Parts: sequence; C-alpha cells; structure tokens
Amino acid sequence: MNQGELHFERSPENTLTINVSGDWKIADALPSSDDLMKEIDAEAPPQRIIFDTRALGGWDSGLLTFLVRLKHHCSGKDTTIDFGGLPKGVQRLLDLSSVVPERKEARRDSIRVSLLTHISQVEGNIWHSILETLSFIGEVSVSFFRLFTGKARFRRSDFMLVLEESGVDALPIVSLISFLVGLILAFVGSIQLKMFGAQIFIADLVGIAMTRAMGAIMVGIIMAGRTGAAFAARIGTMQVNEEIDALRTSGISPVEFLVLPRIIAMTLMLPLLTLYADLMGMLGGLVVSVTGFGIGMNEYFQETKDSVAMANIWVGLFSSFVFGIIVSLTGCLRGMQCGRSASAVGDATTSAVVTSIVGIVIATAIITILCDALGI
Amino acid sequence: MMEQNNSTARTPEPHIIVRDLTMAYGENVVQKDITFTVNKGDIFIIMGGSGCGKSTLLRLMIGLKEPAKGEVLYGDVNLWSLTPDERERFMRNFGILYQSGALWSSMTLAENISLPLEQYTDLSPARIDEIVSLKLSLVGLAGFEDYYPSELSGGMKKRAGLARAMAFDPDILFFDEPSAGLDPVSSKLLDDLILELRESLGTTIVIVTHELASIFAIGNNSVFLDADTKTMIASGDPKKLLVECKNPTVQSFLNRGRPGGCRYDENEAEQHSAGPGST
Repeated sequence: MNQGELHFERSPENTLTINVSGDWKIADALPSSDDLMKEIDAEAPPQRIIFDTRALGGWDSGLLTFLVRLKHHCSGKDTTIDFGGLPKGVQRLLDLSSVVPERKEARRDSIRVSLLTHISQVEGNIWHSILETLSFIGEVSVSFFRLFTGKARFRRSDFMLVLEESGVDALPIVSLISFLVGLILAFVGSIQLKMFGAQIFIADLVGIAMTRAMGAIMVGIIMAGRTGAAFAARIGTMQVNEEIDALRTSGISPVEFLVLPRIIAMTLMLPLLTLYADLMGMLGGLVVSVTGFGIGMNEYFQETKDSVAMANIWVGLFSSFVFGIIVSLTGCLRGMQCGRSASAVGDATTSAVVTSIVGIVIATAIITILCDALGI
Repeated sequence: MMEQNNSTARTPEPHIIVRDLTMAYGENVVQKDITFTVNKGDIFIIMGGSGCGKSTLLRLMIGLKEPAKGEVLYGDVNLWSLTPDERERFMRNFGILYQSGALWSSMTLAENISLPLEQYTDLSPARIDEIVSLKLSLVGLAGFEDYYPSELSGGMKKRAGLARAMAFDPDILFFDEPSAGLDPVSSKLLDDLILELRESLGTTIVIVTHELASIFAIGNNSVFLDADTKTMIASGDPKKLLVECKNPTVQSFLNRGRPGGCRYDENEAEQHSAGPGST
C-alpha cells in the first residue's frame, strides 16, 4: 500500500495540473490540500485545473471528498475543472453526487430563540397539553357512559388479560416492597419508642401507616412503574405500527377498545393489591417486633386490631382507587399521544411514569388535607 | 474497500461462497442444501415466493443468524467459524440496507451516517462531515443532514439507509427488499442507483427481492428458493432462467403466475439498466 500524495504544477498556459498518486482511502492518512487551495486563491488563479492520476492506486470516498471540496472551493471563481483525467468510476460518482441538486430550503439554519419567545412557546405547550388531557378525559367519560348504556365495545379476553397483568402478575413485587416497607417503618419507629419502653406501639405505627397511606402509595408507585409504563409502551407501539389508525378506520374507538379495559382493570385491582400490601406491611412489622423486641405474636395482633380503625382502611382504599384512575389514565394518555418513532415510545413511557408519580403525590396531599378537614 | 473498477469483461472471481447451507428455526428447517457462488461485481438476486426463507438466508450471510449446517465463505474466511468478536469486526466490511431502512429514529440523517465512522475510525469531525455530505448527495439527499427519519418519506428513508450502508465504502452491499413500499418511479431510481454503484465501484451487491421488474433490470446472477421442497431449485442469470429453466415453479414465479408465456421484454430491461451515468 502506497501513501496517498498530492502534488501540483502550474504551466505557462495557466493550467494547474494536480497529480494524485498512491492510495486515497478514508481509513488512511490523506495529504493536506491547504497548499493547493492557497494556490487556487492566489492573485492570479489558474484558468483550468486538470488531473494526472497515472500513479493513483486504490481509492474510495477519501478521494471523492477531496474532489468535492475542490469543486466547492472553485465554484464562483473563473477556474474551470476538467475531471476528464480521473478514473471513470470517480467521474461517474461525482456526476451522481451532483445529479440531484441540493434543495436549499431543506437545509436548516440554527435559529436563536429569544427568552420571551421561549417562555411563550412553553406556555403554549402547557396549554396544548392541558387541552389534550381534558379532551382525553372527556373521551374516556363518554366511553364510560357508552359502557353503562351497553354500547361500548371491547373484547372480554383482552380485559381478562389486562386484569391478570394489573393484579396477579404484580403480587410478587408488591409482596416484597410492602413487606420491606413495613419492616423499615417498624425499625425506624422502634428506635424512638424503645426510649419510652413503648415498643408495643410499633404495631400501631405500622398498622395505621400502612392502611391509611403507605400501602396505597407504595402500590400506586409500583403500578405506575410497572403496569402504567407497560400501557404507555404498548399503546405507543401500536401508534407507531399504525394499529390505532387501523382501529379507527375499522370503526372501532381506540378509547373504548384499549383504554376502557385498562382503566377498569387497574381501578379494580389497585384497592385489592392495597389490602394485600397492608397485610404484607403488617407482617414486616410483626417480624421485627417478634424477633427484635420480644413482643408476642398475639400481643402484636391484638394491638394492631385495637389501633387500626375501619376509617383508616377506607381512606387507604379510596386513595388506591384514585391512584388506579391516575396511573391507568396517564399510561393510556401518554400511549395515545405517542409519536411515530422508537424514541417517542421511550418518551411516552418515561412521561407516563413521571406524571403518574407526581399525580399520586399530589392526590395524596389533597386526600390528606380533605380527611383532616372532615375529621376522618 | 472500493477500488478502481473494471466492470467490462470481468472474469468471474468468487466473492461469497455459500456451501451446503441448512437454515432452521429450532426443529423447523426452512431451507436445506443451499449452495451457490456470488462473484465479485455481481448483482446477485435471492428470489422466491413469500415465506420461503429469503430474508433468513440474508441474515445467515451477514452474520446475524447461525446456520444449522454448512458454511458461508468470504474469500477464505468462513464467517461462522470466526469468534463472535472477530465476526463482529468482519461484519464492518458489509453495508446493509434493511427492509424498513432501519434508521435510528432518535438521530438525524447526518448522525445516522456518521455514527459508525465516529466509532471505528480516527477521522476528524470535519472529514466525517464531508463524507456524510458526499454520501447523502450520492443518494440525492443533499441538504437533508439535519432531518430525522420520521420527517422523511418511505423512498427517502430507503435512500438514507443506503447512504448509511455505504458509510464505510463496503466491498459488499446487502439489500433486503429494497423496492418494498416504493412507487415504481422511486423503485426504478433505486435500481439505477444500485447499478451505478456496481458500475462505478465494482461493489458486489446481494439483493433479496421478489420484484420482477428489478430482478430482470439489474440482476445478473440469482438463486431461487422454493418453500415446498425447502431447497434451491434454480440458479443463474434471471433472464436466462426465464427462457431456459423448465421448472414450473420458477416459470410461474418469473411469469407472474401465468404459465408458459415469456413476458420479459429485453429492450425494456436494457433501457432500464442503462440508468443515468451508464456508458
């Protein structure tokens, strides 16, 4: 393999002969063309440029990019380039590269946006997003109305599948997380309670915390990351594959067919999972109390039974019902809003999880304030 | 890498040899005893009915799926006797245009083409930009550097996919159904481009297709896979197969399901193959 070389020579007739020799390949170090460009930019530029390629070895895009650069450099100057001395293949590819002229309007200039314009764009986007969300909620409400009047259509088998995905399939992760949350609550509480010799109240702490808030919140967050994200990804992928369009053109409402079963399944399953999570959390507290603080199992059970009022359980169940609506609605909304690319599916999934978690936290705050105001 | 070509009066020089190949998904054998040779500078067509295993054969040839039996030789290198790392390095010699274009949707066209160059060469960003512009202009997409795939039409995506496939100036280009989803004009433009690449660079091109117009216009060698017998039932120049092959399946396929009648118009195909820049 010979190193690519570039020489040039100007004749008395003001013709510049460019001698290209050796291998001109992108993977190799290619000679600099700076001196050549300076020669062309000289006070008396050459009238004509010709090529001598008798010593040219292998070539690829390395040679072509040099020639394109030379061509651009000479455009607008009084210098003509005669590519006739180049190998036929090179000439044909140069022809091919210029056969479709560049569409000037296609090239994008980077536009600097002023701060005010940016703020106005953000505000516009927020309004657009709010309107889209309200419109989706409206569409879902209409679909529910149609469901109650027996007009909405979705497949029973799909509903059962979503029910399984949102319920039974989530049991292992809900068990693990709730058990550990109960365990952590018990440990943290015991440090303080032990100072007063009141370890028995670990049962109260864990029981009330799990049933009233923590059980529902943990299940809500788990379901947002697990099932809500799956809803967004699945519906988003259907959007990419034009399956949603196919449903619409077949006269089937995608909201009825895809969104309704998911919302119903999730709002049914979340309270059940929350009850289960409450029990698992209490089990975690029991393990810490029995093994770490010598509290008897019956004693712990009796204390939990005395301290946990039905009101706490109802608040927890109501919260989980609300979280079910938030998580399923958000997952489906982001899926339906998904663009038509792989990255859009990723964005939809991320957005579904983030929005769900923010929604869960805000809803918890509102429910807590309302319960306080109502004295529950 | 591309060299000065000599497309006229080539002496056949084997480039890819497929020998006794059996392809299977688990226990399900798709094709068996496939043997053929692709010569340097060939436009080689893999054809056959839907579901006969054309795309699977392509995946075996480019190192994405392991054969149940047999070998794929590039010169004296057996692709499937290489270690996975060696095979991955070897695969950089291929340019592949996937059926859907398979452009990375989160990247602009310029980034799609420059990514492999940035990963595997020491080229400066300015050189890479030059190469990207050259490749895009070769496929008629000059100025579209900053576009995302989702902003392009199907034909433009295919051409952008081809620009990416050519990023490394590969010796061999593989095309999976290049004409699928394209209108006849775009399809012909792509065929012209394929011919031009072969004529200018001497690139060996392997195409999976069942588009008869493309098969006759650009193919000079082929293999025909049959789904019923699960093996190849013909090979050679598709134009000759149309006239000389007696197999009824091949005849039916090449005559668009009409047995007997030879409907291939040689003048039309010659006109087609003499695309822009041909001499």
